[in-house]
Order: sequence, then C-alpha cells, then structure tokens
Amino acid sequence: MPKVKMARKSTLIDMTAMCDVAFLLLTFFMLATKFKPDEPVTVVTPSSINTKLLPDSDIILLTVDAEGKVFFSMDGQPKRKKLIEDLNTQFKLGLDQQQMNNFVVGASVGTDLKDLKTYLSMKPDERKASGLEKGIPTDSANNELETWINYARTAQGGNPRLQYCIKADNETPYPKIDQIMQTFKDLKIQKLNLVTNLEAIPPGTAAAQAQDGPGSTEEH
Amino acid sequence: MAEMDTSSSGGGKKHQGTKSKKLSTRVDMTPMVDLGFLLITFFMLTTTMAKPKTMDLIMPKDTEDEKEQNKVKESTALTILLGKNNRVFYYEGLAQDPNASSDPEFFQATTFANKGGIRDVIIKKRDEVAQLRNAKGEPEDVVVIIKANDGATYKNFVDILDEMAINRIQRYATVDISEQDKQWIQQTVSANPGTGGAQ
Repeated sequence: MPKVKMARKSTLIDMTAMCDVAFLLLTFFMLATKFKPDEPVTVVTPSSINTKLLPDSDIILLTVDAEGKVFFSMDGQPKRKKLIEDLNTQFKLGLDQQQMNNFVVGASVGTDLKDLKTYLSMKPDERKASGLEKGIPTDSANNELETWINYARTAQGGNPRLQYCIKADNETPYPKIDQIMQTFKDLKIQKLNLVTNLEAIPPGTAAAQAQDGPGSTEEH
Repeated sequence: MAEMDTSSSGGGKKHQGTKSKKLSTRVDMTPMVDLGFLLITFFMLTTTMAKPKTMDLIMPKDTEDEKEQNKVKESTALTILLGKNNRVFYYEGLAQDPNASSDPEFFQATTFANKGGIRDVIIKKRDEVAQLRNAKGEPEDVVVIIKANDGATYKNFVDILDEMAINRIQRYATVDISEQDKQWIQQTVSANPGTGGAQ
C-alpha cells in the first residue's frame, strides 16, 4: 500500500470577511438601539410576573416619582406639536415658537399650566434647579392632569392603538396613584398599563403551573 | 491569523536592485474582530433586556345602578388591607358586621414574604372557596377585595395585584378603605408595635 502523503495546509484563516460581518452587525445594532429619552426624575418601577412588553409608540406615559410628582409625556413629534398648540390656544399660555418647539422635541413635562411658559423656555437641567418641576396637579380642585390627558387624546386623533401607561416609583404613596386612576375613571378610560420590571414566577404557584396555558386576569 | 495579502507574486523580482526591505502588509485582525463581537454582544443584550414590561389594569365603571353592581357573598370574600411599612392585613368576608372583630382570630396581620405571607393566605382561601358550591352546583370563585390605606406605597399595590396574577385569582377589586378598617389596622398595629407604627 502506497503511503498517502497529506498536504500540509496553512492554519491561517482570512478573517476579513468575518470582520466585515461583525462590523455590519455592530452598525445595525447601534443604529437600531433607541436611547432612553432624558427623564426628569429617576423612577424605580416595581416588579411583576407580567411579560407583556411596553409598546414603543402610541402611548401616553405618566411618570410618577417617589414624592408623587406627575410628569406627562407622549410619543410622536407631530402629535406633541398639535397638543401644545391646542393647549396654547385654549388656555392662552402665550407660548412662542421656540418654547413650543422645546416641548415638541423634549421629554416629559411636569408643571402647572400657568408656569408652562417659564418652564419651557428653560433648558432641561435648569428646570430641575428652578423648583418649577412640581408635577402636574391632580387634586380634584385643580385637576390639570385631566386637561393634559384630554388634549393628548384629541391630539392622537382617535388612535385605536393608544395606550395609557403609568410608570410610578416603588415608594410613590398609594393615594397619589388612586387620584390618577380616579382621573382616568372620570375620563371613562378603563384600561391602564402599569409599567413594571420582569420578575420570575415563584415556583409551585398556580401561575407557574399554568404558564403554558392562556393567562389573563381581569378586574371585576 | 488574519491577513490582507496585497503583494503580487511576480512584482518583487523586478526591483531586485533596490535594497529597501519589503514590509508585509498583513495586519493581524484578530483583536479588531474580538472588539467587534464584544460590542455586538453588548448592543444585542442591552436592546432586548432593558425593555420594561406592563401590567394591564382594567378598572370597573362607576355605576349607581344597584342591579349592575356585583354582589359579593360573605363566604367567598377575602379582604386584604395594605398598611404602612409594607404591612398587610387581612380578614375573611366583608366585615359588614361591626362586631366581627370581637373574635381575636378575625383580623390578622401578615407580610409580603414568599413563604408564610399573604400568598399562603390567598391560596388557602382560594382552595377553601373552591370546595363550596353555588346554587347551580358549580364551584365558587374567591373574590379578593383590596383596600389600600394612605400609608401604602405603589409597590405594595403592584405586589398585591401581582399576587392575584401569581395565584390566578380571576375576581378581585380595589375598593376605598373604610373608617372601620382604618381603626382595625390602628388597633392591630398598636397591639403589636414592631415595624408598624400608627397610621
């Protein structure tokens, strides 16, 4: 039997193609990542076993910090523009183009309507220092939150996918949440979303056993 | 390992006269690829992991009409009260009888602990009620009434709603707390001060 001679092959691999793919993917993920908009307050949300994702668009988001200050935000610049224009006309806030533009491109706002003009002319970092960031009033005597939600709903123009989300801190006092829920109730909005973090289902419970089945809880 | 070979095979021999050394144009691309994949991993993980979740909450309509209101049977109800400092109190039934508290076992305090906390209470009541039969002979559903006191936090509220999801309680409601309930909480807390504190 003749001896078979194996040809010695080089162990060098051309990595150029691999490098190309890596950087292509890198570019994709970098562009696809949406950075979190600047939040005026840090909110640590509680955990729940719910796995439903918070939608990116078509939401009205109310952020409530640990002291109970309410901040309003909404997605979509054209809708924000319509909202601030409506508010300006209706409540004669006297906002100029620049201030309205600050609202359109900015993140959450949380102040009285009467202070909105001063508030919007400030830069986001000045707002915190100014002490105007008192949150939107929710008490029944002066429920400006109702106004905000109402105008935002109009600006969304009957969008069927619109969802109302409440993102509150662990330490937010319950009466504040109750006031907000009451406000929604008064506006005949029954379906709310509470923003939470994911936590594991405790083993051995009914939810763990029924994890594969359809799961929905309803309030009666 | 990685290389970019741009040298042409025959090119070298023409310039034999010059003494300049031909530098290799091969670049080791391994660290670059490493870095690339590290960043990819980072971006992939941050985009999918940081997504917050939401909990649906459907609130009932306020109705004045007696007929539309759901009546809860005393025997199927479990009332849970949320107090200050993450304390939870509960009693069975709706406590429509103000003398119900004469039984020392009636009003109980517990915690959000995974073992021996409010979850065990809910499971016990749920299984008890499942043994009962209604007029049509079907098993009864437990109805959990949630009342939050002023000292409760949002975390307590979400936690208790989460317990409903964990134990798959289909029927629950949040109700405003009554003066009677507040008084009971006060009594229980002052009877065993500990982490509690008066409301």
